[in-house]
Amino acid sequence: MFEVEVTEQHGWTVVVPVGDLDLSSAPALRRHLIAAVAGTDGRVVVDLAGVHLVDSQGLGTLVGGLKRARTHGGDLRLASPPAGVMALLQLTGLDRAFVVTADVAAAVAHPVGSPGDGGDD
Amino acid sequence: MTDATQEAGHRTHTVDLAIPASHEYLDLARMVVTTTAALDPMFPDARVSDLRLAVSEACTNAIEAHRRLQRREPVHIRCALSDDRIEVTITDHGGGFSPDERTELPDAADPARLEHERGLGVELIRAVADEAEFRRVDGGTVVRLVVHSRDR
Repeated sequence: MFEVEVTEQHGWTVVVPVGDLDLSSAPALRRHLIAAVAGTDGRVVVDLAGVHLVDSQGLGTLVGGLKRARTHGGDLRLASPPAGVMALLQLTGLDRAFVVTADVAAAVAHPVGSPGDGGDD
Repeated sequence: MTDATQEAGHRTHTVDLAIPASHEYLDLARMVVTTTAALDPMFPDARVSDLRLAVSEACTNAIEAHRRLQRREPVHIRCALSDDRIEVTITDHGGGFSPDERTELPDAADPARLEHERGLGVELIRAVADEAEFRRVDGGTVVRLVVHSRDR
């Protein structure tokens, strides 16, 4: 079963998907990310703690959200990826495209547009 | 040198699954394959994760290919767990696809790459599986992937 919880923290929308990010969950996740970007000027954190598998469809959805967030002057950050998900981000080089943090608190503390957000190279 | 190399005395568990070509069955396909791998208690968790990702990508490509052509046939998945490996074969009727016919893709680190999800899926399969073979057959594709459970 795929579920998404949405909260707000320090002006950021925190999207917490639970389940697998794949072809089957992509439409629901995409809807949540679009709503999140609209809600907090593009400041979105996706908390990956409850995600076991991210495949290319899931990555595509996250990257779509990232582009949309940056277009709105914000950022989409990934927090608390499990080891397997982190390995995939590194394998695809996407750990350099996203700000990836150990937890949500670190994600919302990191200023938008600062070095290391991977957005300006 | 792909098949028929079973040595005498080694046991192979074979599981066949046919799923409707719909995303709702993706999780079931992954579960059946990873549960088969888990029949070997020594199959390392990290390798099961690799297997899960590779199967997800291959089945997604198959389901999407059927959807594009509006094919009603099921997608067939066969897993064979043997002494030191699992071999998974995913057969679709989605018109046939050869990864070598793809056009040039953006660099792997370029987010624009994600607009070529099928291409990325194939690369991920190749990255995480120990063997990956994409064969065009009559009206479809056969993907064969192998994940080793131990060093040989």
